[in-house]
Amino acid sequence: MNSIVTPIKRETLIIVGNGMVGHHCVEQLVERGALAHYQVHVYGEERQRAYDRVHLSEYFGGRDAESLAMCTADYYASHGVQAHLGVQVLEIDRERREVVTSAGRHAYDRLVLATGSYPFVPPIAGAEGNARLVYRTLDDLDAIRAAATGARRGVVVGGGLLGLEAANALKSLGLEAHVVEFAPRLMPVQLDEQGGDALKARIEALGVGVHLSRATQEIIVGEEYAYRMAFQDGEFLETDLIVFSAGIRPQDALGRSAGLEIGARGGVVIDNDCRTSDPAIFAIGECAAWNGSVFGLVAPGYTMARTVAAQLAGEAHTPFTGADMSTKLKLLGVDVGSIGDAHGATPGSKSYRFIDEASASYRRLVVSPDGKTVIGAVLVGDNSYYDTLLQYAQNGIKLPAEPSGLILPAGEGAPALGADALPDSATICSCHNVTKGAVCCQVDAGVTELGELKAATKAATGCGGCAALLKQVFEHELAARGVTVDKSLCEHFAHTRQELYGIVRVEGIHSFDELLARHGRGHVGCDICKPAVGSILASCWNQPITDPALIPLQDTNDTFMANMQKNGTYSVVPRIPGGEITPEGLIVIGQVAKKYDLYTKITGGQRIDLFGAQLHQLPDIWAELIAAGFETGHAYGKSLRTVKSCVGSTWCRYGVQDSVGMALLLENRYKGLRSPHKIKFAVSGCTRECAEAQSKDVGVIATDKGWNLYVAGNGGMRPRHAELFATDLDDETLIRYIDRFLMFYVRTADKLQRTSVWRESLEGGLDYLKAVVIDDSLGLAAELESQMQHVVDTYECEWANAIGDADKLKRFRTFVNDARPDPDIHFVKERGQRRPARATELHLIPVAEEV
Amino acid sequence: MSPINAARTQTARSAAAAEWQSLCARNDLVANSGVVAWVDGQQVALFHLPDSGAGEQVFAIANKDPKSGANVIGRGILGQIKGELVIASPLYKQHFRLADGRCLEYPEQQLKVWPARIAGDAVEIAVN
Repeated sequence: MNSIVTPIKRETLIIVGNGMVGHHCVEQLVERGALAHYQVHVYGEERQRAYDRVHLSEYFGGRDAESLAMCTADYYASHGVQAHLGVQVLEIDRERREVVTSAGRHAYDRLVLATGSYPFVPPIAGAEGNARLVYRTLDDLDAIRAAATGARRGVVVGGGLLGLEAANALKSLGLEAHVVEFAPRLMPVQLDEQGGDALKARIEALGVGVHLSRATQEIIVGEEYAYRMAFQDGEFLETDLIVFSAGIRPQDALGRSAGLEIGARGGVVIDNDCRTSDPAIFAIGECAAWNGSVFGLVAPGYTMARTVAAQLAGEAHTPFTGADMSTKLKLLGVDVGSIGDAHGATPGSKSYRFIDEASASYRRLVVSPDGKTVIGAVLVGDNSYYDTLLQYAQNGIKLPAEPSGLILPAGEGAPALGADALPDSATICSCHNVTKGAVCCQVDAGVTELGELKAATKAATGCGGCAALLKQVFEHELAARGVTVDKSLCEHFAHTRQELYGIVRVEGIHSFDELLARHGRGHVGCDICKPAVGSILASCWNQPITDPALIPLQDTNDTFMANMQKNGTYSVVPRIPGGEITPEGLIVIGQVAKKYDLYTKITGGQRIDLFGAQLHQLPDIWAELIAAGFETGHAYGKSLRTVKSCVGSTWCRYGVQDSVGMALLLENRYKGLRSPHKIKFAVSGCTRECAEAQSKDVGVIATDKGWNLYVAGNGGMRPRHAELFATDLDDETLIRYIDRFLMFYVRTADKLQRTSVWRESLEGGLDYLKAVVIDDSLGLAAELESQMQHVVDTYECEWANAIGDADKLKRFRTFVNDARPDPDIHFVKERGQRRPARATELHLIPVAEEV
Repeated sequence: MSPINAARTQTARSAAAAEWQSLCARNDLVANSGVVAWVDGQQVALFHLPDSGAGEQVFAIANKDPKSGANVIGRGILGQIKGELVIASPLYKQHFRLADGRCLEYPEQQLKVWPARIAGDAVEIAVN
């Protein structure tokens, strides 16, 4: 009891910089248990905690700062790491071992510099204001967004990787985008001449202007646009804003002023242990110079972070000995890959080239002088070759007899390297250094879900480039262990929902019994397959769900066309398209609510929910609502719920289009569409976005020229911003795209899969979806539209259908043999309305007061 | 004959001495779905399977969902899990065997069941 606990002396570790690499260092320290030895403080200059800079351009595609964050808000605090965000470190006092910030001094025992880099802006006269934007941080992106308001055209200076990313960002802001590059080709570091040509052709086809071998002399006031960029050769280009992305420079100012050794081309010099010239100070990521080189990719930074974290944790560490600069990217939707010695600079190396000028595809394979191994590759237009080539290059796998097969179009018998051909040491995820062996260990430990694997190894959670390979290896390893990946809907159908949908359409099946008899097992089905098939039948043939053969398939809420609440009563939601309602309509709803003593609440979808109706009251309630012109709101269905809207140009001084009119058009078109899950829409009349369209499955935002379409957003448990899908559409095109998008979703989604999850599961992502919907790449568009038209043409209010049929109404009886209501349902009054009584309140209710 | 059917025949036989009470007409039932009858202060859910592969069947099971305390079992979805006929509660989706009322997910939950039959036009259960 008097025992003395000797306090473990913990040293202070300060990490300067909270970018991806600085954050990874913290994660690695946490994982390796180093927090037992160190009190860790992190200083970040930016207000936001570490975020994913690799996917920065998605910030304009709908992702917000929170969804780009590298960790949850409480991650640091929960591990006892103190984060000082928005606090700049001004100086390092190496003698006293202190860092100096605006808030004072802070002593350290060890220091890690992870200050990253900053964009290089060449000294050009007139480069200021909106003609001197950069693309590096979220604040930079906010500045670009602000500059883009009212702008028509934007120019990016720099045709490298980041420059093309920036051009993509400008494009997604709706600007006409141009790229100006000093070198005679795009991505001069990663691509050779033919690769650059192919990329240029593809990017120009996307409507982005490409100007090569152009040196900007000065920027002056423009005539048609805000600025004019005057080039060396007397030519010029006018624009409303200019983003500089002409390379990065290591942010080494702190190290420089502290007298640390600096590399010839910048960067704090580090040795193989990532130690600077001061043994108490490490440097990692883009601020560090190793062997004269600064590495501008995230993977080498992560490797350095691991090297440092291992040393601080007192573990054996792998020295940093350079990095593979191979990259696989999608720039402006174009696949670009570069592996190893892409330029064939190795003396005696030989190259194989495949050039397809028709589709602007290019592939180059560089092999060693002895012709036995891959030492480099360039890919433009199709990265499906990348994983295999990278594994050949990294693992020194012996080339097949005919190496050109590795880059010839698939279907020519290209010898794809199967997952089984990879050695255990093969790196699958280079961001988190996950090998095939590590994946196998997880499989041996019993992991059978891809999500579990990702959580356990972090594989495919960095840049995500290895996701397809990871899945392939994982499924191969599962199969090798005799684990079958079961995609059956349930025990009655050995099919996925997508497969069943196809069967129903192709074979023209109209009933559950028929489908079960032909393709399923047993005679009954279950609560998994019945609603799923019910939904498929409704999507395909749109027969009333109240038909006797369809009724037993429906989920509880669909069966009685109302939403069951916790006490077994129902809530009723009449459709109020676009949230527009007349005073007469409001009065009727009020009268019905009053007559049946229903609790009323305004919903998030701009309608009115009436709670507390018993089963036998539903037909009477609906008879009154229908008589007043209301229709069912499908609040109970996996179907279109609401189209929320702002008042738009009709009333609002800022509105540019009639958002209510469009909301009515859309809601009346798609009401009744049964789908794998519920669907919500919204229409905003201007860019202020009062209808919150970017949080919906389908969001429409007015522009001066038409409508911007956003897809696949949702609120709920895991909110997701919708992504910009198409811009400045006229009414007809907008509806055509939505028809195709929704029907493609109905056709291919899994059961109970919202559009957001479905969209994330699509191989090829948003670009694939755009290709299917906009470019009709599958040749399905006409069919999707005609299916939708069928649903639209056969719409019928389900409640009107039931009200007119005495047989169908028989089910709406609380008891088949007694007229009394359910005596166990009790309400109490609260704030002027009734609500279900809680168990603790039941003894207060007189037995006589049965409702 | 499926095991369930065998079990049911047995219950029916042991209840032979009991009194059969008529609850409603055959056409009050909903094929492959449920309705609820009021039986002297008790709520009985009646499920009708015109053809479940073992001929026409009708089941009677208590209507109160033990988890929510609400009288909703009669409004659940009929199904078959590993060969056994079950009803899924509409609120929290747990499954009860029609044969004996046992809950698959929470074995401590059990619903009362009654032998049931269709006699001519009448739907009957055996009450003790």
